[in-house]
Amino acid sequence: MSDDTSNTKSIFWRGFREGLPFILIVVPFGALFGVVGTEAGLNILQVMSFSVLVIAGASQFSALALLTDNAPTVIVLLTSLAVNLRMAMYSAALVPHFGKVKTWLKFIISYFLVDQAYALTAKEFDERPNQPVENKVAFFFGVVLAIAPLWYVATYLGAVLGASIPDAFSLDFAVPICFIALIAPMLKTLPQVLAALTSIIAALSLTWVPFSLGLIIAGLIAMMVGAYAELKLEGRK
Amino acid sequence: MILDQVQIWTVIVGLGVGTLFIRYSFLGLLGNRELPEWFLRHLRYVGVAILPGLIAPLILWPEATGGSPDASRILATIAAITIGVWKRSVVGTVVTGFGVLYAVQYFTG
Repeated sequence: MSDDTSNTKSIFWRGFREGLPFILIVVPFGALFGVVGTEAGLNILQVMSFSVLVIAGASQFSALALLTDNAPTVIVLLTSLAVNLRMAMYSAALVPHFGKVKTWLKFIISYFLVDQAYALTAKEFDERPNQPVENKVAFFFGVVLAIAPLWYVATYLGAVLGASIPDAFSLDFAVPICFIALIAPMLKTLPQVLAALTSIIAALSLTWVPFSLGLIIAGLIAMMVGAYAELKLEGRK
Repeated sequence: MILDQVQIWTVIVGLGVGTLFIRYSFLGLLGNRELPEWFLRHLRYVGVAILPGLIAPLILWPEATGGSPDASRILATIAAITIGVWKRSVVGTVVTGFGVLYAVQYFTG
């Protein structure tokens, strides 16, 4: 029995170590969100509430950009939630591993189901599918411990420092830059590139559509272009 | 810029609850149910379909310049995309983007 516990512990710390490199992504994004949020006029409580309650950087930046653009609340929520829809895939992929844990634990796992935690856990469960569930849970929380606290801290530091950075530093540009840093690594296949280009062209030509709905329409068109291109390319193989 | 406190809090709480619901969806509610293939195929492109369209107007018509296109921002964007696609490094992309932005702003005064 003690063997099992020490094993579970070592798996927890292995998850923690594997999560460490992601600090390089989590800290700059968190800090930039803090800076940009404060610049946009949010107070520290609001900036922190975003990072603690939502804990999903891309959707937080989307919400912020749309809020500053005076989009209606429904559109801000729809667009930002659409950005997070990929997490439904993460949730589905983890059912075989975490489907039997207690409900309260499922809630906590779900709350921390961020991109990096999912990516590492999926890889781990791929390589070691037959571990006992407590080891799988331990690995997941090891990764989470490496990144989640730093996400909060980085947001806070960004928010505190942000207010003192002068306009000359063009910090409004941090939002597009962050998104470029997020999107660029996703552009690995032709359908992804086509979807991204469609998104840009459609969004720019649909800015006249009221209530910022143009972006949602552009997103739908771009998704269809990506999916259709993927289907065509597969058919050719 | 952002003034409506009620709107801000509605967005924060709504996005928080909605995101938790998305993450909990299959794990807690739907279980092992299979998603239709066409749906998954579209879902894979959500990120690249929405985010580029979201930032394109911010880059071309920035609020900081009163909405007129700005050479330093466009050049910085091109540089950042190049490095991002090539090196796939978040820090490298951010540093390149701001580096080029400041350099061009410095030389064009």
